[in-house]
Amino acid sequence: MDNPDTTVDKAGQPNNANALNQVVIRFVGDSGDGMQLTGTQFSDTSAMLGNDVSTFPNYPAEIRAPQGSVYGVSGFQVHIGQREIHTPGDEVDVLVTMNPAALKTNLESVPKGKTIIVDTDSFVKKNLIKAGYETNPLEDGSLESYKVIAAPITQLTKEAIFDLGLDTKSMNRSKNMFALGMVYWMFSRPMEHTLNFLKKKFAKKPLVVEANTRVIKAGYNYAETLELLPTAFTVLPAHMDPGTYRIVMGNTATAWGFLAAMHNSGLELFLGSYPITPASDILHELSKHIHMGIKVFQAEDEIAGIGSAIGASFAGDLAITTTSGPGLALKTEAAGLALMTELPIVIVNVQRGGPSTGLPTKTEQSDLLQALYGRNGDSPLVVIAASTPSNTFDYAYMASKIALEHMTPVILLTDGYLANGSEPWRIVDISTLPPIKPRFAEPNNPEWKPYQRDKSTLAREWAVPGMPGLEHRIGGLEKQDVTGNVSYDPKNHELMTRLRKEKVERVAEDIPPLKVEGAQEGDLLVVGWGGTYGSLFSAVKYLHETGHSIGLAHFNYINPMPKNTAEVFGKFKKIVVAELNTGQLQLVLQAKFPEYRFLKYNKIQGLPFTVLELSEKFKQLLSNQ
Amino acid sequence: MSDNTPVYTYKDFASDQEVRWCPGCDDYVILRSVEKALPQIGKKKEDIAFISGIGCSSRFPYYVDTYGMHSIHGRAPAIASGVKLANPDLSVWVITGDGDSLAIGGNHFIHVLRRNIDLNIILFNNEIYGLTKGQFSPTTELGLRTKSSPYGNTQPPFHVGSLAIGANASFFARVPGNNPKAMTEVFVDAEKHRGTSLIEVLQNCVIFNDGVFDDITDKKVKAESQVWAKHGEPLIFGAENNKGLVLKGGKIEIAVIGENGVTQEDILVHDAKNPDPVMHFMLSRLKHPMVMGVIRDAERLTYGQLFTNQVEAVKEKAKYHDVQSLLNSGDTYTISDN
Ligand SMILES: Cc1ncc(C[n+]2csc(CCOP(=O)(O)OP(=O)(O)O)c2C)c(N)n1
Ligand code: SF4
Ligand SMILES: [Mg+2]
Repeated sequence: MDNPDTTVDKAGQPNNANALNQVVIRFVGDSGDGMQLTGTQFSDTSAMLGNDVSTFPNYPAEIRAPQGSVYGVSGFQVHIGQREIHTPGDEVDVLVTMNPAALKTNLESVPKGKTIIVDTDSFVKKNLIKAGYETNPLEDGSLESYKVIAAPITQLTKEAIFDLGLDTKSMNRSKNMFALGMVYWMFSRPMEHTLNFLKKKFAKKPLVVEANTRVIKAGYNYAETLELLPTAFTVLPAHMDPGTYRIVMGNTATAWGFLAAMHNSGLELFLGSYPITPASDILHELSKHIHMGIKVFQAEDEIAGIGSAIGASFAGDLAITTTSGPGLALKTEAAGLALMTELPIVIVNVQRGGPSTGLPTKTEQSDLLQALYGRNGDSPLVVIAASTPSNTFDYAYMASKIALEHMTPVILLTDGYLANGSEPWRIVDISTLPPIKPRFAEPNNPEWKPYQRDKSTLAREWAVPGMPGLEHRIGGLEKQDVTGNVSYDPKNHELMTRLRKEKVERVAEDIPPLKVEGAQEGDLLVVGWGGTYGSLFSAVKYLHETGHSIGLAHFNYINPMPKNTAEVFGKFKKIVVAELNTGQLQLVLQAKFPEYRFLKYNKIQGLPFTVLELSEKFKQLLSNQ
Repeated sequence: MSDNTPVYTYKDFASDQEVRWCPGCDDYVILRSVEKALPQIGKKKEDIAFISGIGCSSRFPYYVDTYGMHSIHGRAPAIASGVKLANPDLSVWVITGDGDSLAIGGNHFIHVLRRNIDLNIILFNNEIYGLTKGQFSPTTELGLRTKSSPYGNTQPPFHVGSLAIGANASFFARVPGNNPKAMTEVFVDAEKHRGTSLIEVLQNCVIFNDGVFDDITDKKVKAESQVWAKHGEPLIFGAENNKGLVLKGGKIEIAVIGENGVTQEDILVHDAKNPDPVMHFMLSRLKHPMVMGVIRDAERLTYGQLFTNQVEAVKEKAKYHDVQSLLNSGDTYTISDN
């Protein structure tokens, strides 16, 4: 690395060399402009060059909003780095906008002095009006403090392919490739990956391949010859562990974690699910692999989704159900049945903004209390939260392992940010994962009883239809201890309620201790859980490296909590719980550990934390000791 | 019957739990009829599962010595679907009431029929909510005074057969709850049918709706009030066995053989296998006489068959067949030690 410490200065230019530590690029346009594809291509290419990457799409709830409208704007943000990258980035270094609406809705994220690429051809009266501009921002001086690269992208695209005999609409469809070509040159990325991708994707449409290939090259060459562009930058490879990687999205990794658990448990996988944003991609992914012994059942509603999963679990499958907040609400009663019958199932809740229909395409962490307590009766179950797009794989795997080995329902929380975010993932050799050993009963064992328990875990044994000699009935009515017969005995009910609670608590024996990153003791402990890990870690790391006494304890296991939790809290003078809700984990912690005082920091905007706002808050907490 | 299936009697299917329905309740008759049908279906005990919802009727699984689950209100079809899809070798039975299946569970009920998952559903229709002590249900007749309709029910009822056939049920049968012999036969037929088999039992609740079906099921009137549908046989009934159903002007009417020139040849011959449900729909709606027995038993691919066929087709074309190859596939890249 010649200039590992070079950073972009305030003007968006490299100080003195062209190597950058990291850069954040956001592609924005109409939902029909292909911005998701453009962004994915850029991040994949960068990952293959050895950069660490983190991406986040931002798309409208409307499927096909009117062209050029502000609510039809679709974006894709890519953060690439030579250093480890933990978030898609707070602030945008390069904004690529395909129309005025895209500029209008995204300018706020671009600090003054940074670069904006615009398609000047789209800044016509009609589009300006739709975007709510009274004057043309390219002409009225409002973009003066930015580095604007104004290119007639639509026109240049047409010129590159005018002789192919395509209609205007088809020609316009390629203009995202022109922008991509420009950005490829700007950051010294080779075009090969994308050219190959186009060949494969449009194998049956050679004309489309030809058009896109020409356009991307035209964009690249245009950028090279254009005086307006600063010299090309580069982002050198990151220090990543050696291995074979691929880029994964959170929902895909979640699905694959269950596939790995299916393989390692030796069971078949059953998914009962009803579509809901942002969880549906797990259903879509698993639907592709039915030939590997996966039964995917799109049910008539969320209740039937979990109902069918409970049935499949009763019959001996690794059974899961996937949903988002409103769907979890519908699954409530059935989750109680799984808990009462002590059957293993995993319920995935990809959280979105709530309450009610809320903000379907935005992220939030506001279903924690629903997951922990949202059922009738005293009804504890295991609650786990993944914290990065790729570690949803690990936690889907662990959720399955715990469910099967402890005979309990498990709720796995992810969120819209993890679900749609992507990052490099070192492909796991699944034979190296911890084994999963389902607790099957011994057929024809005359001593067997449905609710007899393992001494250490308190898990009952799984006797499934087809096993001779173990025919039995279970259900939602209170069970007599050991026999599992219906019982209304008051003392038995208390005993069983306590046993169910104790059983979940004993899962703590099988989970790793709570880790502290940054300072191991000292002034401020930041506590988080789930999808906010990237931003919390980045902020804490930065403050710690600049000399502050600050640590981060991030929860993945929420019920039960790691055994050393109280010990960790005891090592810091101040504790702040940062969450994308009004303070749900904070409430739980304050109740569980009244000997400590938990401050809180919350954001409820449907957006992730920015590293900047976190750093400022933590600095403030550190300074008024 | 597979060779190593033991020879059972009905007693082998009685569990050790004390049966707790009200004395005189038809539920006892249904239980005994099921216990008598099970030895005839050629399944081992361990390969049978009973899944119920909530209601008096839904206590049923506790009393049968097979695998069973007494689940939550209305959801048994969904749970049973999961059981069957997880293990297609099982004989899976759903036990439900008129409230359980048609009120809170209405959605699951129509969808399980639409999908044609290979289950047998016994719907205990007593036209009342028994367990919750006597409110009107979705099958209660207009005007009936119940706990929650002290001045008479103002909600028009569902017709079970119409609803089921409308939802594309491939098998629909109706039996009186006081006729164990017929019930046993119909249950065996239901198990033979591939797809969702719905059996509506007219079940008398002696406590909250006693006698609702008397005009149909009472021993004294049944010869005149019931026509028994048998595939391939004419729909003849009556104490003298001389009445039959005929189709006239698009409607089903009653004709007397030997009167007005009507001969046996004019009587409708029951075709339960007809894929076209129109005649089954009409037969199922007759009030007096009411058609009993297997009204519809049409062949249609089950969900399991459709799914398995698809899996086989996908297998042939698939690029990878195990999880690790899937993970290793796609756009991968290697970072080497540097
Ligand atoms: C979620 C829920 N709502 C309501 C009830 C109360 N409940 C139990 S059984 C029942 C009605 C049962 O009627 P039906 O299905 O006709 O069965 P029957 O008792 O007549 O056999 C009701 C309303 C319940 N158990 N669960
Ligand atoms: S209340 Fe009615 S349906 Fe319930 S057990 Fe008694 S008689 Fe049977
Ligand atoms: Mg009833």
